[in-house]
Amino acid sequence: MALLTCNKATMSYDGRVVLKDLSFKVNAGNYLCIVGENGSGKSTLMKGILGLLPPAGGSFDFSDGLQQKEIGYLPQQSAIQRDFPASVWEVVMSGVLNKKGFGGFYNRADREKAVSNMEKLNITKLKKRCYGELSGGQQQRVLLARALCATGKLILLDEPVAGLDPIATNDMYEIINDLNRKEGITVIMVSHDIVSAVDHADHILHLSSSGEVFFGSTSDYTHSDLGSRFLFHNCSCNVCRMKEHNHHIYAQNHREGEV
Amino acid sequence: MEGFFEMFSYSFMIRALVVGIPVALCAALLGVSLVLKRYSMIGDGLSHVGFGALAIAAAFNLAPLHVAVPIVVIAAFLLLRLSENSKINGDSAIAIISSSALAIGVIIATMANGMNTDINSYLFGSILATSDSDAVLSLILSAVVIVLFIFCYNRIFAVTFDETFARATGTKTNVYNMVIALLTALTIVLGMRIMGTLLISSLIIFPALTSMRVCKTFKKVIVCSAILSVVCFVVGVSASYMLETPTGASIVATNIVAFVLFWIVGKVKNSN
Repeated sequence: MALLTCNKATMSYDGRVVLKDLSFKVNAGNYLCIVGENGSGKSTLMKGILGLLPPAGGSFDFSDGLQQKEIGYLPQQSAIQRDFPASVWEVVMSGVLNKKGFGGFYNRADREKAVSNMEKLNITKLKKRCYGELSGGQQQRVLLARALCATGKLILLDEPVAGLDPIATNDMYEIINDLNRKEGITVIMVSHDIVSAVDHADHILHLSSSGEVFFGSTSDYTHSDLGSRFLFHNCSCNVCRMKEHNHHIYAQNHREGEV
Repeated sequence: MEGFFEMFSYSFMIRALVVGIPVALCAALLGVSLVLKRYSMIGDGLSHVGFGALAIAAAFNLAPLHVAVPIVVIAAFLLLRLSENSKINGDSAIAIISSSALAIGVIIATMANGMNTDINSYLFGSILATSDSDAVLSLILSAVVIVLFIFCYNRIFAVTFDETFARATGTKTNVYNMVIALLTALTIVLGMRIMGTLLISSLIIFPALTSMRVCKTFKKVIVCSAILSVVCFVVGVSASYMLETPTGASIVATNIVAFVLFWIVGKVKNSN
């Protein structure tokens, strides 16, 4: 069953239409990566999904008992948070506020939820540390724990590995994989890292500034026109070479099949 | 010590403390949020607008608060809009509004009664300027601010720490921003009579910045700022009474001392 249905959504930003009649579906348990070059409307789409920017046309529909405000959102790290005096505990706890009324006092169940999510992400011993003094990778884990406090179903990650070192990047991808496979949490990730996106996600939504759109499974994507153009970019790393190789074989088989 | 107790025998001193302590407390609480959201300049802008409003009130013989409160509240919403709107450079916009309000205020005040001591007391504050109605308003304001911070503490943290996340998870961030801007405007109008329009913004900015040298959690920063602000205010007022120095300036000077002390403590703490 579709958790999120994007129904012919049109989004405009600063009076300019960025996305036109976009449709796609995210089922429970999916791992969707949204890729595309700068200015292709990735962030605008994300704002639409989160309800921060209303669509100019069409709609974002949620079902399966999911409300829009129950999306666990991991924002891109902004400079404003870097020197913020807040303990890890305070940050993680603030994730439960979406289930609260006007004021928002925390109760025992909320605290237990925060504790278990911190254990899941292996940041329990950072509980009393100051958020601003943590490394980039640790900060991302803290924000992810906060996102998990806000949701049990769907997390939306905005460039979760931007600015992380290679080790922290791998850790992050592994954590996201675990959340998706073991916890059954649906993942939507906006990423620039197209090679990793293809490696981890099971669905790809590719937006481009020309208006071309691909939405489908990852294997279909790697063999699509848009996908191959983006994946094979004169890079000679092993991953890209392997993909290029596979792509050729696939294309060859396809041609032979047609004949 | 005798001088310290003697000070309480003057009714204007008592009134100044009754108005000033709640204002110092409110300014510190609101200041933490404003400073962390990079809105410190709004406080400065509002106080200059307040100066213009006071000048108009004096020129037309109107009650100062009746003119200043609505004008500064409107200015607060306007400045908030400017700061939120990324298309306009918020900093420059605030600077322009500040200096315009100051210029217009000075012209009106001079045309009305010549350049006299009145302007000096607007700019740098006067301990004699507070009235009984100021005291009542000040107590009501501080009650509202304290209730807001107790009941909505977690929301205020969420909105201050990460507004986008707060909004995405269903918090009405615009309402919170507007309430904070409104309360800041009222705090400034009340405080600027004692502190002066040029110095009132220090009451908002200093306690938060000072606490942040040492405190590393939001709760500690809030509590520390509130206490620090009240202590600095009382010490500053007492010092100004005993040393016969200008009140607003003495309070700022006390804040400077506190900042330096906390900064040193923070450095020592970090190096250990």
